Amino acid sequence: MAAAQSKNMTTLQVKRFKPSENPTNTYLTDEKGVWAWMTTVDHKKIGLMYLVAVAFFFALAGFLAIALRTELWTPAKTFIEADTYNQLFTLHGAMMVFFVLVPSIPAALGNFVLPMQLGAKDVAFPRLNLASFYIYVIGAVFTFISLANNGFDTGWTFYTPYSSDTNSLGVIWVTLGVFILGFSSILTGTNFITTIHKLRAPGITWDKLPLNIWALYATSVIQVLATPVLAITILLLSMENILDIGIFDPAKGGDPVLYQHFFWFYSHPAVYIMIVPGFGIISEVITTFSKKHIFGYWAIALSSLAIAFIGFLVWGHHMFTSGQSAVATTVFSFLTFLVGIPTGIKILNWVATLYKGSIEMKTPMLYVFIFLFLFTIGGFTGIMLGALSVDIHLHDTYYVVAHFHYVMMGGTLMALLAGLHYWWPKMTGKMYNETLGKISAVLIFIGFNMTFLPQFVMGAQGMPRRYYNYIDQFQPFHQTSTIGSYILGAAFLIILYYLVRSLFGGEKASANPWNSRGLEWQATSPPDFHNFDHTPVVINGPYDYHKPMEEFQLGLAVEHNGHGHGEHHEVKTDQTEKA
Amino acid sequence: MGRLFDFMLPENKSPLTADSTDGLFHFINEVSLILLIGITFALIYFAFKYKRKSEDDKTPLITHNNTLEITWSVIPLLITLVIFGWGYSGWLNLKAVPDDAYEIQVTGFKWNWAVNYENGAQTLNEIHVPKGRPVKIVLQSRDVLHSFFVPDYRVKHDAVPGRYTYVWFQAEEVGESVVFCTEYCGTSHSDMLAKIIVHEPEDFETWLELNGGGPSGTPVEQGEALVVQQGCQTCHSVDGSAGLAPTFKGLFGKEEQLNDGSSLTVDENYLRESILNPGAKVVNGYENIMPPYEGILSDDEITNIIEYIKTLE
Ligand code: HEC
Ligand code: HEM
Ligand SMILES: [Cu+2]
Ligand SMILES: [Cu+2]
Repeated sequence: MAAAQSKNMTTLQVKRFKPSENPTNTYLTDEKGVWAWMTTVDHKKIGLMYLVAVAFFFALAGFLAIALRTELWTPAKTFIEADTYNQLFTLHGAMMVFFVLVPSIPAALGNFVLPMQLGAKDVAFPRLNLASFYIYVIGAVFTFISLANNGFDTGWTFYTPYSSDTNSLGVIWVTLGVFILGFSSILTGTNFITTIHKLRAPGITWDKLPLNIWALYATSVIQVLATPVLAITILLLSMENILDIGIFDPAKGGDPVLYQHFFWFYSHPAVYIMIVPGFGIISEVITTFSKKHIFGYWAIALSSLAIAFIGFLVWGHHMFTSGQSAVATTVFSFLTFLVGIPTGIKILNWVATLYKGSIEMKTPMLYVFIFLFLFTIGGFTGIMLGALSVDIHLHDTYYVVAHFHYVMMGGTLMALLAGLHYWWPKMTGKMYNETLGKISAVLIFIGFNMTFLPQFVMGAQGMPRRYYNYIDQFQPFHQTSTIGSYILGAAFLIILYYLVRSLFGGEKASANPWNSRGLEWQATSPPDFHNFDHTPVVINGPYDYHKPMEEFQLGLAVEHNGHGHGEHHEVKTDQTEKA
Repeated sequence: MGRLFDFMLPENKSPLTADSTDGLFHFINEVSLILLIGITFALIYFAFKYKRKSEDDKTPLITHNNTLEITWSVIPLLITLVIFGWGYSGWLNLKAVPDDAYEIQVTGFKWNWAVNYENGAQTLNEIHVPKGRPVKIVLQSRDVLHSFFVPDYRVKHDAVPGRYTYVWFQAEEVGESVVFCTEYCGTSHSDMLAKIIVHEPEDFETWLELNGGGPSGTPVEQGEALVVQQGCQTCHSVDGSAGLAPTFKGLFGKEEQLNDGSSLTVDENYLRESILNPGAKVVNGYENIMPPYEGILSDDEITNIIEYIKTLE
C-alpha cells in the first residue's frame, strides 16, 4: 500500500467481522409491544410498518380491481351500478398510485435497506422518518372520510371542471388527503438525500455506492422537487371549490387545460418516483443471483439521474388531444422519446450482466426476468404512445390502460416482489417456501399477460377507458381479461399464505443466504438494533463478485474490543466523514 | 405478422391516416416485436447457458464496454427520431384543415352530442356528412370536458368548455361509424355515443334541405340578427368602412396587430375572447371601449355571431 498520505487520507485499523449465524439480540427482540413499535425511530421497524400499510392498501385496491373486472364480464350491467363502477375505478387508481406505488419501494423496502447499504445505524433524521409514516396514515384517513362523504368518481386525475362541479365534498376530502400524503413523500426524500450524503460508512465513495442507493437518490430528488407542485395544484383546486374563485373552471372564468398542466407536471415525474426505485432493486438482485459484477455501473447510475431530470420536461405528452398549443405538443413528443433512451440503456446493461454469469433461478431472480420482459413491453408501448399521430388514436383507450399496467404492475410491482423475496430473510430472519414462491411467480406471469395483453388489442380497436358499458364486439377481450385477473388474485393469495407462514414455521435464515456481496448482508439476519455491531469499512465495490467474501466483512478494529479474532488489516481510504 | 397487427386496428375509413397512423403503428409494432424477441431470447439463452453449476463458480470481471454503450444508445436514438418525425408529420396533417372543408358544429354535454349544420338543421347523436369531401367538426362543450373519438377515422379531440377545438376527416365510403366520448364525464360517460352517417354528396344535399331551416333561421342568419340587436354596429362596420372599431369585413383569418406589439391570426377562439372579454387583447390603434359580453351572450349565440363574421369575406 502506498505510503504517501494526502490531507484527507486516513489510516484505519480494520479487522474481519463474520456475522453471527445465531444472533441473540436483534431489532425484533429489542423493543417489544405495540407501543414500542408505534413510537419507534428504528428505520427497520418503520420500514416494516410501511410494508404492512402498503400491503393492506394493495389488497384493498386489488380487491376493487377484481370487482371492476367482474363488472366488465358483460357489456351492460353485471352486478353493480354505473356510479358505483365509476367510484371504484377512481378509488382503485388513486389508492394504487398514491398509497401503494409511491411509498412502496422507497418508504417500505428503501427505509429498511438504505441505511444498511450505507453501513449507517439509521437514517439522518429518525424522528422525521416516523413523522412521515404518520403523515401517510393521516392522508389515508382523509381518503376514508371522503368515502363517507359521497366518495369521489373523478378518476385519479381529478380533472376540472368535472371535479369542481360534482360531489365537491368527497373530492375536497380526498384531495386534501393526497395533499397531506405529499408531505410524507417530501420528508422521506429529504431524509434519504441527507443520509446518502452524510452517513456513508468509511470507504463508501460515490463510485462504490450500490445502484439501489443511486436509484433511491434520483427518486428522492424528484420527490422533493415535484411533490410541492402537486401540493400547490391541490391547494388551488380546493380554493376554487371552497372559496368559489375561478382558477380552472371555465364557468368561473378559469382554464381547465391549465389544471392538466399543473397535474401532469407532478404526475409524470411521479411515474418515475414509482419506477426508478424498482430499477435499483433489479440491479441488486440480478448481480447477486448471477454472481457477477454489474455491467455498466455508471451507465445505470447516471441514466437514473437522466431519467429523473428529463422526466420533468415531458408532462405534456398526456395532453396531446387536450387543446394545448402546437409548439408544446411537438416539444413534448420529442422529449418523450429522449426519456425512453436511458430506460432502454438500463435494460440492455442488465441483460449484459447475465453474460458469463453463474445464474441461479431463485424466486427473486424469477421476478427480475418477469420484470425485464413485462417492463420492456411497457416501454415499447410507451414509445407508441409518444408518436403523435398514433397517440391521437390511442389516447384514453384501453391501450393506455394496458400500457400503464405493464409499466406500473409489470415494472414496479414485479421489482417490489423481487426485492421483497430477496430481503425477506434479512427482514424477518426466516426463509419462505421456495417452491410456492416459484409457482406463484409463474402464475402471476400467466395471469398478468392474460389480463392485460388483450387490452392492447381492444384499445387499438377503439375501446375507450373508464367505460362501464361497452359495445358487444369487445366482449371476448374483456372476458379473457377478467379470467386473467382471477388467476392474478389467486397468485397473490398464495404469496400472502407462504410469507405469513414463514414467519411462524419458516426455516431459519442464515446471515447471507444468497452469498451476496452487498453490505446489508454482512449483518446478522435479522440485524441488530444498530444494524452492525461494529462500524463497517468498505474497500471493495458492492458488486465485486470476483473477490472472496473475507474482503467484505471488515469493520473498524479500534471501536470494538473483545469481539471475534479476525486478522487485522490496515486500510487507507480517502473518506473524511465519520459514521 | 402484418395480419396480426391489421387485426389490432379497426378498418381504416380515412385514407389520410392510412400511412401516418396505421403505417406508423405497424412500423413501431414490428420494430418492437423484433427487439422484444431478441431480448427475450438473450434472457432465456443466458439463463440456460450460464446456469449455476456450483456455489464456487467463478465469474469473470466485466465492468463495462463503451463501444456497446454507445451503440445501444445511438441506434435506438435514431429509430426514435424516425418515429418522432413520422408521427409529427402525420399529426400536422390532422391539424391542417383544407380550405374547402364542410363545417359542422358539434357540442358535447352530459351525455349527448348536439349537432348543428350551416343551414340550421339540427340532429342529436347523429352526424350526417357527405362522402369524398373534407369535413371539419368544430367542438364545444356545454359543461365538463368530453372527447370526440372516431376509431374508424383515427381522430380524437377534447371538447373543452369555453373554447373551440376541431377534428377533420374525409370519408371515402358510404356507411356508418361509431363516435365515442373518451374523456370521463360522469355517470353515463360510457353511453355517450354517436354515429357518423356518410351519404353520397347528392343524398347529403337532399337530407340537408329536408331538415334545414328551423324556427329561427340558419346559424349565420341568427348571428346577423344578433349583431344588429346587440348594437355591435354602433362601433363595427360590416362593409369595410372605418369606425370606432375594426370592421368585421375580412376579419376572420386575417393577421391582427395588437397594441402590445404582438400579432396573431384571427381564429374562432380569438373572436370568442374578443367578444366576451375585449380588454384581454386590444387591437393596435383602437381604444379599449368595447363592453364585455360575458354573461350577456350564450355560447350558442357567440358561435352564431362567429359563423356570421366568417361569411363577411
Ligand atoms: C362601444 C363600441 C363597441 C361595441 C358596441 C362593440 N365593440 Fe367590438 N370592439 C370595439 C373596439 C374599439 C375594438 C378594438 C379594441 C379591442 O380590441 O378591444 C373592438 C374589437 C372587437 C373585436 C376584435 C376585432 C379585431 O379586429 O381583432 C371583435 C371580434 C368585436 N369587437 C366584436 C364585437 C361584437 C360581436 C359586438 C356586438 C355584440 C361588439 N364588438 C360591440 C368597440 C365596440
Ligand atoms: C400495481 C398494480 C396496479 C396499479 C398501480 C394500477 C393502477 C391503475 C390506475 C392508475 C388506473 C386508472 C384509474 C383511472 O382511470 O382513474 C387503473 C384502472 C384499472 N385497473 Fe388497475 N392497477 C393495478 C393493478 C390492477 C389489477 C391487478 C387489475 C385487474 C385485476 C386492474 C384492473 C384495473 C381496471 C379494470 C381499471 C379500470 C379501467 C377503466 O375503466 O378505465 N388493475 N389501475
Ligand atoms: Cu407522463
Ligand atoms: Cu365522456
